[in-house]
Amino acid sequence: MNATTERSITVTINGTTYEREVEARKLLIHFIRDDLDLTGSHIGCDTGNCGACSVIVDGTLVKSCMMLAVQADGATIESVEGLADGDELNALQQSFRDHHALQCGYCTPGMLMSATALLRANPHPSDDEIKKALQGNICRCTGYWNIFEAVKAAAE
Amino acid sequence: MTTIAPEQTEQAQETWSGQSVPRKEDRRLVQGQGVFVDDVKRHGMGFLHFVRSPYAHAHITSIDVSAAEQHPGVYGTLTGEEVAALTDPFFQIASVPGANVKDYALAVGKVRFVGEPVVAVVAETREAARDASELVEVEYEPLDAITDARHAQDDGTPTIHEDAGGNLMWHGVYEWGDLDAAFAEADKVVKIDELHFHRFNSTPLECDGALVEYNRGMGQWTITTNNQFPGFAIIMMGPAMKVGLDKLRFVTQDIGGGFGNKITSHPQLVACCLLARKLNRPIQWTEWRTDFHMSMSHGNERWFHETEVAVKNDGTLLGFRTKALDDAGAYLRYEPLGGVIWAQVTPGMYKWKNIRVDFTQVATNKAPVSPNRGYSRMQHLWFTERIIDIVAQELDLDPVEIRKRNYVRVDDMPYTTPNGCVYDSGDYAKMLDIALELVDYPSLEAKRADAKARGKLLGLGIGSTLDSGTNNFAQSRMINPELQFSGNNEVATVKLDIFGEIVVTLGTTPQGQGHETTAAQVVADILKCSVDDVFVRAGHDSYWNSHAGFSGTYASQFAVTGLSAVKGATEMLRGEIFKLAGAVFGGVPAEALELADGGIRIKESPEAFLPFMACGAIINANNAGLPEDLGVTLNCRYVYRPPFEVPDVEKKYGNLTLTYATQIHAAVIEIDPETGSYDIVDYAAVDDCGKRINPQIVEGQVMGATAQALGAATHEQFAYDEDGNLLTPNFYDYHVPHALDMPPLQTGSVESPSPFTPLGTKGMGEGGGAGIHAVCSAVQDALRGHNGALVYDSCNPYHRVWEMLNDPAKGARVTVTGS
Repeated sequence: MNATTERSITVTINGTTYEREVEARKLLIHFIRDDLDLTGSHIGCDTGNCGACSVIVDGTLVKSCMMLAVQADGATIESVEGLADGDELNALQQSFRDHHALQCGYCTPGMLMSATALLRANPHPSDDEIKKALQGNICRCTGYWNIFEAVKAAAE
Repeated sequence: MTTIAPEQTEQAQETWSGQSVPRKEDRRLVQGQGVFVDDVKRHGMGFLHFVRSPYAHAHITSIDVSAAEQHPGVYGTLTGEEVAALTDPFFQIASVPGANVKDYALAVGKVRFVGEPVVAVVAETREAARDASELVEVEYEPLDAITDARHAQDDGTPTIHEDAGGNLMWHGVYEWGDLDAAFAEADKVVKIDELHFHRFNSTPLECDGALVEYNRGMGQWTITTNNQFPGFAIIMMGPAMKVGLDKLRFVTQDIGGGFGNKITSHPQLVACCLLARKLNRPIQWTEWRTDFHMSMSHGNERWFHETEVAVKNDGTLLGFRTKALDDAGAYLRYEPLGGVIWAQVTPGMYKWKNIRVDFTQVATNKAPVSPNRGYSRMQHLWFTERIIDIVAQELDLDPVEIRKRNYVRVDDMPYTTPNGCVYDSGDYAKMLDIALELVDYPSLEAKRADAKARGKLLGLGIGSTLDSGTNNFAQSRMINPELQFSGNNEVATVKLDIFGEIVVTLGTTPQGQGHETTAAQVVADILKCSVDDVFVRAGHDSYWNSHAGFSGTYASQFAVTGLSAVKGATEMLRGEIFKLAGAVFGGVPAEALELADGGIRIKESPEAFLPFMACGAIINANNAGLPEDLGVTLNCRYVYRPPFEVPDVEKKYGNLTLTYATQIHAAVIEIDPETGSYDIVDYAAVDDCGKRINPQIVEGQVMGATAQALGAATHEQFAYDEDGNLLTPNFYDYHVPHALDMPPLQTGSVESPSPFTPLGTKGMGEGGGAGIHAVCSAVQDALRGHNGALVYDSCNPYHRVWEMLNDPAKGARVTVTGS
């Protein structure tokens, strides 16, 4: 192992701890998807615009294509796979389903993580606060109206 | 958000169809358990990266892959020279001259747009493949680039495809009615110098991709991909690769949006296939966002020149003639079908009888165009709506009144257009009334005055569109009479499995349209069971027996072709269940039996009940003693074939699509005259797609199409510089709408069942770009009281509005003659 190009890191994702050797330049999203096989988080833009790769790192919402895997060493990460309790959808997931807040479902994991971070920090957001919390996530199917309604209903 | 529900037609009994059943797909998708193409992995797979052209137009003088091949982790490469030796050029849809274009999986001898794949490199990791790509040495001899279709045929312009003998790809003249008589009868002739529909696409969030495996012993490839029209891809790839079509197995589960943009990935898929065979390992290809923007499926850019409109003083439209110029980009991957698809909606929603369109398509050094939501009809409908608003303004007529005066009326339905298309049903005037009501039309002038008092210019715009669905593929013969395509088809299978499970397979490739759910609704109604009892396999597999020549998800047709196939197969299965039960019960006739509670029983003695589980078990595993001639398999396949004739290719006359869903949008905007920036302050979308199987899914499609149209109308452009560099190669520069960009939306709907389809449904989902038309119309209306500038372009970002605010000559140039 070349210490400048590779490193061993430990991360805890959705309660499971993983220790892996990674290339220093590997993006966190590629580490999560390719190395750990957690493919729920997606890639849509490569430039930090679309938010499909959003996860929560040590309590903070992060676009995981904007962070290196080595920067996550020691971190606790939450991704979409950790939201449901077994087969039981959580309130936000259920609300997305009830409000038809997804079509192709590709942006949905990132949307859910952004909304999760919002509702944790601000359990009773205003309409504008919901829209601002989602503005870093691109959806090309729904026009956002139903996503907004789903988050609003989940907050209530 | 407000919603106006349709007037309900009373149903005899409770059915699953017509209800907003929660989607079956959602449970996996909200848990991150969808399977998208980049999620699929295989042992030993190699990652493919394309080396792309930095030039818009250049000869390739040499390629050296030796340094790349020696890079650590590299498995191998593929060049255009190898592709040309191993494959034939792709079949061309065009007649001459476009027919002579030679198109391969990789550039051969020449590059024709920035981003064109030149070499493919495969390595152990994505990163190694990218690193090695930078070691590929390609020498180019640059040529002048053509980026403006209007100059593609000028003298001295370089030729993009020498084999085609110039840059003209296709030309055809469409003429119906009596133009001379129409213009003689007209009180006024409105001449519009030029209108421009811009280049953009729907940019699905998931880019293209594939995982391709080669079975050497069988000479067969399995292509796990998100291509949305496998029927088309297979017939393009098989002949090029010189293999039988069954050697190309297409598999899909979840697709992250398509919108037509994922139809023409066949060149990249061929490169993957050749490499899987050459390197003897699975090949994984996932497109990067910039790759997608530079090279995939831009929407057709189109000009309309020398448009003349014959009109009576009262606003009655008599006819129009125009010269349409379509920019195909560098290759014809689905084109020149755009040269005929628009004809499905020739008169728009209006009753003009006399129409002439002189259509030309040329090549340019830009990314190839291919279908994009609203494909080719959107451009034409935008044009007809532009005509309406320009004529209204020039003749000082009301934009609402002129529409109502000329709309095809409800009592004209079914209405035969001048070119032989049949509009199946609809009440356009009523839909417009609903849309206007939703944006509070009666108080429009008061709001305009209020805006004015605040220093703003208020405008109301209307977008009236048709979403023609279920193509008659015979229309391709108007492009090339030699083609042997006609009609359409889709397949479904429904079986009762050994433990009584109802299993459905579809030929479609859904990308978020909820096919698993709506198919289950149709099946449950016929078999009198719950949607939860129906298992619809996710995605597509061409090795299932539900694949046909036109299989895929495109062109607004699932609710007709897909669901009619499901209906047909389920009715066959129901018939077999009756036959089987009749035999098991000892010769009871079908009339004496009924389905209920997940089984079949004798009406008069309901205790004689055979659950589906018993039916499945008897046929599949316990069949001794059954009558020899029973003829029951409980595994039924139905091919739905819409009722089409081959059109008159000479006269370009005939029915090109089976159904016409309708959308009418109304937008109210406020422009800041200081800056040209504007806000959409009120917006209504009214939809009529006939019988709605799942209203929530329909409304979701309406919303999505609206959002895409608003993005296209205000920001999204694939803009090029004069050297052919794409200026918007990522989501920084290509601005798609975000949550904060969305205006308040109100939706309404009307249900006019199609008389031509088994379920009364109409294909829908494309929306015909109604939002683009409505925004253009609203901008023009706001400027009407300012300086009267006429909207010229389909994309109106703030700077373009500012230009028009300051100089009406920046808008469309129009003259009116007559008295």
